[in-house]
Amino acid sequence: MNDTLANTEKKTAYILTLPAVLLVFSIILFPIFANIWISFKEVELKDIRIPEPRAKKIVKSISDEPTKIKILYKLRNSSLIQEIRDVSFQDNFPKNFEIENLDPRCSYKKYNLKCEFGNWPAKYRENFQVIFETNDGSKIDKKNLKTIKPKLDGKSNNILLNTNFTLKNFKKVLFENEFIDLLLTTFYYTFFGTVGSIVFGILTAQMVNQKFYGRTFMRSVLLFPYVAPVVALAYTWELLLDPNSGTLNSLLLNYQIIETPINLLGQKYIEISILGFDFKLRLALTTVIMFEIWRYFPLAFLFILARLQAIPKELYEAADVDGASPFQKFFNITLPQITAVISILFMIRFIWNFNKFEDVFLLTGGASGTRTLPINVYQQGFAISDIGMGSAVSIVIVVLLLMFMFFYFKLLGKRVDEN
Amino acid sequence: MRTKNTILFSLISTFFLIFLISIWKILATLQGLSINSLNIEIIFIFGFLISLAHLLIGDRIKSIYKSIIFSSIFVFCDGYLIQKLPIWYNVGVFLILYFFTNKISKYTFIGLKEEHSTQIILFDFLTLFGILFFSFVILFPFYMMLVTSFKTQIALLVNPLDFSINFGQDIKDLFKSYFVIFKSYKFGKYIVISSIVSVGTVIITLLFAIPAAYAVARLNFFGKTFLSTSILIIYMFPAIVLVIPLYTIFSQLGLRNSIEGLLIVYTATTLPVAIYMLQGYFKSIPKELEEAAILDKLSWFGIITKIIIPLSIPAISSVALYVFMIAWNEFLFSLMFLDNPNSFTLSRAIQYLSGDAETPRQYLMAGSVVVTLPVLFIFVYFEKYLVSGLTAGSVKG
Repeated sequence: MNDTLANTEKKTAYILTLPAVLLVFSIILFPIFANIWISFKEVELKDIRIPEPRAKKIVKSISDEPTKIKILYKLRNSSLIQEIRDVSFQDNFPKNFEIENLDPRCSYKKYNLKCEFGNWPAKYRENFQVIFETNDGSKIDKKNLKTIKPKLDGKSNNILLNTNFTLKNFKKVLFENEFIDLLLTTFYYTFFGTVGSIVFGILTAQMVNQKFYGRTFMRSVLLFPYVAPVVALAYTWELLLDPNSGTLNSLLLNYQIIETPINLLGQKYIEISILGFDFKLRLALTTVIMFEIWRYFPLAFLFILARLQAIPKELYEAADVDGASPFQKFFNITLPQITAVISILFMIRFIWNFNKFEDVFLLTGGASGTRTLPINVYQQGFAISDIGMGSAVSIVIVVLLLMFMFFYFKLLGKRVDEN
Repeated sequence: MRTKNTILFSLISTFFLIFLISIWKILATLQGLSINSLNIEIIFIFGFLISLAHLLIGDRIKSIYKSIIFSSIFVFCDGYLIQKLPIWYNVGVFLILYFFTNKISKYTFIGLKEEHSTQIILFDFLTLFGILFFSFVILFPFYMMLVTSFKTQIALLVNPLDFSINFGQDIKDLFKSYFVIFKSYKFGKYIVISSIVSVGTVIITLLFAIPAAYAVARLNFFGKTFLSTSILIIYMFPAIVLVIPLYTIFSQLGLRNSIEGLLIVYTATTLPVAIYMLQGYFKSIPKELEEAAILDKLSWFGIITKIIIPLSIPAISSVALYVFMIAWNEFLFSLMFLDNPNSFTLSRAIQYLSGDAETPRQYLMAGSVVVTLPVLFIFVYFEKYLVSGLTAGSVKG
């Protein structure tokens, strides 16, 4: 009895989870494997269109002979690079049609024209013509003929399915294209973006955790950058920072703080001298990181605030009795209480920032020293239209992420052991 | 000790005042006033003197009179002697000064003698500063987005700092950018597409997620732990890795440029987090209710529709809103999969609009307002639900 119950439970569970599992596996897990497959192939954007045999049907009446009709099919191979094998052709005709000149490749039975055209090489074109006559002498309706569409079929090699593999993509990714520079840019972007958003998250959470008028309003406002669409925000920022007519530059010029406009998103380096040392700051990258911090600190804020509100009040009361200063309270009570949240946040944000594509793409398009790895995936795959290269870059991203997660958990595990 | 604390207090409060006045001056400049200098030095001297005077006078004068006197002196010097500016600007400065002098009125010489007094002052002012600073930094871009959409190209060229809106003009002129994007750029259609995609994603996600979450929360089956851990791992997986294979597969299946294609991808990417959020809530529903239902010979379909769903309306609405927001804001997949202007979503349409360098920026901003407003409205209105969703799912992004 119990056994059957457990069995039905199992069955129900599988029925309930199956749709979701199937969908997620086919759209997320399968593409990841497909990615590995593609990354070992030389595929370009134009290769992924499956070659099709096509026919354009043109109906022409023959002068002085109303019972006859000429039908011209413009046949072609849609692909410029691949051949199509065993092309077959079919078209139907009205019940009173007799064919006049049957092509040796074709047969005409039951008012159905069937042809086997054999192999079509790439760019193949042919004008194929047949003439029909009605067997009962009636006139021919041209419109009716045009509405019937011929059916074509053929086999072709799907370049994605053959087994020619190459290591060329990975060689190119790792040894050309200034891979180190790419990696460093991505690392700066990810690391400083993550740290910045966590620092601002701590500051704002600490702030909102105090009592003041309009606190709930403040909490909603702080989340605005996080919930608003990235497209709108990126273009607004772009407008604000524009060197020619942007509000920020206009304001700075107006108050005579700067003499010439600064192109915050279009300038790779800016020279800064502090205490006699000359620094070269990566300006556009810094601006993009600022945007990232601005957009994502609310997540850190939300997590840290939730944790802060759970800290027992007695801890602070005890510290007050001991005469601790506000800074001492912050460093000795608050900070130790939120380290766990911070380490989780660091991991989540690090992973997501590492893969962030939209923000940089919309702000700079990867120009002026802001080309990160995800941007490179897009540029390789769609701008240079080398799908294989794009795939290889994204595999590199996955490998780097897995390495990061591995070390992070090892480090975290060690620290837990020590405690 | 006393002098050091006094000077520190005065400095901190002065910097706060400088910050307040500077923000007000920036906002005033953006209304078209010609303010060519922030006059930081002068405000610094005034602020320092006001703070010192406040401490010296103490409570010999009632604090409200003290505030009014200080504010009036400052306004007279700043708005009359140094530069002549309109009344509304001076009223603003007066209110800021009144607010400021009120804030510093609780600090006295006696208070400054106490232990950690400077740290406490620093903390107090940092909190105030933070509130204003973050409000300004966050709201300013939104404000600029809104006011730019009401300006015309010529007005912006004449004075790039004048963002004042003339409410006296005809409604048609005021909302010109909006009329243009709806008429010439088919934004009405894009709103419909975006809504269909977002609402569709919510419905399909819930249809798939509720049964699956129920199974994970309640039933025992082989592979359950594997399933729940893989949900989380998949959730962490980067979208950029999926783009190329999905693009190739969708091209070959003819799913690009179609709403169906977007629906499939959005549903698949939001499902893991939806299941994760729902199963957490389902676990909190008391089991006795279902046991009673099983005795009544209700099938699993009956249990879900008659017991689980009615009891978890808050969680379901939170998931629904959250999924809606992800789908509405999504950009990467819509960029990859849509290249025919007839099937654009709002985000993709705005990006397409910006691709043309000739497009006036007020149109771009009007489009941005159109895509932002629904989300912000939903967020503010349903904040309670959404915040719990955000903390549980931490919107992927």
